[in-house]
Amino acid sequence: METAVKIKNLTIILGGRFKALKNVSLDLPAGKTVGVIGPSGAGKTTLIRGIVGRLHINRGTITVFGEPAGSPDLRKQLSYMTQELSVYPDLTVRENLRYFAIMSGQPRKHVNQTILKSLEAIDMADKAPNLVNSLSGGEKQRVSLAIALIGSPKLLVLDEPTVGLDPVLRGSLWELFARLAGLGHSLIITSHSMDEAERCDDLVLIREGRLIAHSSPAQLRQYTDTKTVEQSFLKLVGEKQ
Amino acid sequence: MSIRRTVATTHRVLNQLRHDPRTLALLFIVPPVLITILKYVFQGEKNTFNHIAPMLLGIFPMIMMFLITSIVTLRERTSGTLDRLMTMPISKLDFILGYAIAFSLLGFLQALVSGVVMLDLLHVTVLGGSLPTVIGAVFASFLGTALGLFISAFARSEFQAVQFMPAFLFPQLLTCGLFVARPQMVKLLQWFADIMPLTYSVDAMKRITTNSAWTGMLTRDLIVVGAFGIAALILGSATIRRRE
Repeated sequence: METAVKIKNLTIILGGRFKALKNVSLDLPAGKTVGVIGPSGAGKTTLIRGIVGRLHINRGTITVFGEPAGSPDLRKQLSYMTQELSVYPDLTVRENLRYFAIMSGQPRKHVNQTILKSLEAIDMADKAPNLVNSLSGGEKQRVSLAIALIGSPKLLVLDEPTVGLDPVLRGSLWELFARLAGLGHSLIITSHSMDEAERCDDLVLIREGRLIAHSSPAQLRQYTDTKTVEQSFLKLVGEKQ
Repeated sequence: MSIRRTVATTHRVLNQLRHDPRTLALLFIVPPVLITILKYVFQGEKNTFNHIAPMLLGIFPMIMMFLITSIVTLRERTSGTLDRLMTMPISKLDFILGYAIAFSLLGFLQALVSGVVMLDLLHVTVLGGSLPTVIGAVFASFLGTALGLFISAFARSEFQAVQFMPAFLFPQLLTCGLFVARPQMVKLLQWFADIMPLTYSVDAMKRITTNSAWTGMLTRDLIVVGAFGIAALILGSATIRRRE
């Protein structure tokens, strides 16, 4: 199996003292949806900010498609959806997408096409001329996701992309993620919703900066002898304590 | 660096303001209104008003651009948009220059409006003429933009960013020669004024008011203002980090 992200003995210290990740080693597969789950403050965001190259690494290495995380060549191949709504509220949906399309280096003649494709993927093509400020919370969230879809990057790193969305919408987004993985894209998605974890091809469980488990949801359930990922998670957390 | 991305950033910043007509109105209406009020404050002292009004054209654009830029870039830092941009194949210069150009353009328009009101409606006499007056004001707004970009790195919240205006600009305002001629101040303050950029912006406007010719000293003042601006942009780009 091809590897998208290779993490070796990774330690990341935030703000000079807080050990957000402690000696984590992981190989994340390409062409799959990888769920990074764990309670708040576990280090999920730190892990993916490390992968997109936004953090200093204190010890260990992160390589993405064979190159060290954060190297300039990788910037053209990945997209990052932050946990905050990283969109401009005082621009229209289309203006937001156009700006990020240009900044992410889409060729001029493809800009309009890729914007439309992204908006259709999240079912918001009709909202293109609206100001982001005038949209509902869920719609803003989807605009932020649409930006991450621009130019169909090889690796999509999404920090809580479905938080605050209704179940129907969540379902359709997870179908979209699965479809993207089917097309060969690699997705790394954080969540603290355990029912979403069931839908991932591969799961990474972290807690207090340490890796607790890494396997498919089915294997995890089997190994812990439980019916749901949620129960597995609780069981594993309980064992470690 | 890419021209396409710089222009896209300028365009985006201007678009944001286009969707915010109230901010635009304040930007263009406040300075001429203040100058008009001042005219009537100095009703009996026409010469004093004629002396002060052009200096304000070297100060207002700087203060307003400083405030707006520091808030807008602070938002960019806290809302995640800068975070996202920093994972994209852009140069920090695309971002910084895009901002500098957008706000200098606005500064130009603001200077034009204030200049026309001051020269044509309020009949302020500026011996140097209207073009140098506008040029002086554009330099002031460029300086304000650059300082705002830089200072925003030190603010954690919009409350703090707003406080930086009095903290950072008022000392310059008090000592720049607007209230008291600089040679009459305590030596220490004179030295302070000598190393502060606003002093040169105000001096430039003074020279434009009192000299009909473009002097070497005026060029020097504008170079100093521009150099401070460029230095602030470079420092500002150093405060934007790829890795945190």
